[in-house]
Amino acid sequence: MNISLYIITLLLLGASAWRDKMKTKKALKKAWKAFENILPQFLGVIVLVGLMMAIFDAEFISKLIGDQSGPLGVVLSALVGSITLIPGFIAFPTAAILLSNGAGYTQIAAFVSSLMMVGVMTLPIEIQYFGKKMAFSRNLLAFLFSFLVALIVGKVAGGLWL
Amino acid sequence: MAIIKRYRFFLITCTAFLLLWIINQELGRKALLVTGYSLKEMILIIPPIFILLGLLDVWVPRETMMTYMGDHSGIKGVFLAFFIGSAAAGPLYGAFPIAAVFMKKGVKFSNVLIFIGAWSTTKIPMFLFELSSLGARFAVTRLLVDIPGIFLMATFLSKQLSKNEIQSLYAKAETL
Repeated sequence: MNISLYIITLLLLGASAWRDKMKTKKALKKAWKAFENILPQFLGVIVLVGLMMAIFDAEFISKLIGDQSGPLGVVLSALVGSITLIPGFIAFPTAAILLSNGAGYTQIAAFVSSLMMVGVMTLPIEIQYFGKKMAFSRNLLAFLFSFLVALIVGKVAGGLWL
Repeated sequence: MAIIKRYRFFLITCTAFLLLWIINQELGRKALLVTGYSLKEMILIIPPIFILLGLLDVWVPRETMMTYMGDHSGIKGVFLAFFIGSAAAGPLYGAFPIAAVFMKKGVKFSNVLIFIGAWSTTKIPMFLFELSSLGARFAVTRLLVDIPGIFLMATFLSKQLSKNEIQSLYAKAETL
């Protein structure tokens, strides 16, 4: 995925430079300025993620989600998903292992959904672009929405519906 | 002083990291490892994203973006926002700078939110991965619930803000 992103960027950058060197320079300047602007938040979030993930490692998450069942387990799973930041290629296999170890589909759906839609740790970045009100509302709404996802996916994947 | 203020949050997290290291070296080492990993991910994914948005900013006129995704773009803008978000790669924090350029170019606020929603949850490569890890019933059902969810949440959220609040967000995007 990274490679294709780089290829596309290089092709477009090349095409841009071929058409207009000045404009390309301007684009790169803008890119740098935009990056420099958000850099403090990025660095802060990255260290914060490191701190949280040292505590919330895969083992700890498995313990939290794997043992819990019922509505409390769903809430816990959604909370864990909200505060953690795990790339998909680690999250999905972990979720699959949790399932095979007996975790419920509802809990796993709550975890996966909130993991992707809610970002408590990236809030400092989101606030920088969207303001406090929007960033908080979006995350809260996405958190609540994860319960609806959990309910429906849990029933369908668990074979209770359809 | 300005620099310290800008990097305040980073300095606080670094202090917390040092404290963790002093209290529990093993955890500190683990935190360093994860931070290193995220830093690598950031270094890999961030340059192309920012270069792409620099190019977008310079080459695509505001009028063009407004025609396709602006206030009067209708269903076309909705689909484009959804499609661009779904075709994306990378973590959600990569979507925010792009959203800022969208705002700069006059993209309708609800379309910006649809883009964010799609990026967060219906990314195509991630869907394929979910399909193989958690099975078709799980992945397809989640996708089918998420798609209307993204539209409903975008509509609801864009109504949360007043015209003035949206305008000030757009004005702020100009400076980013």
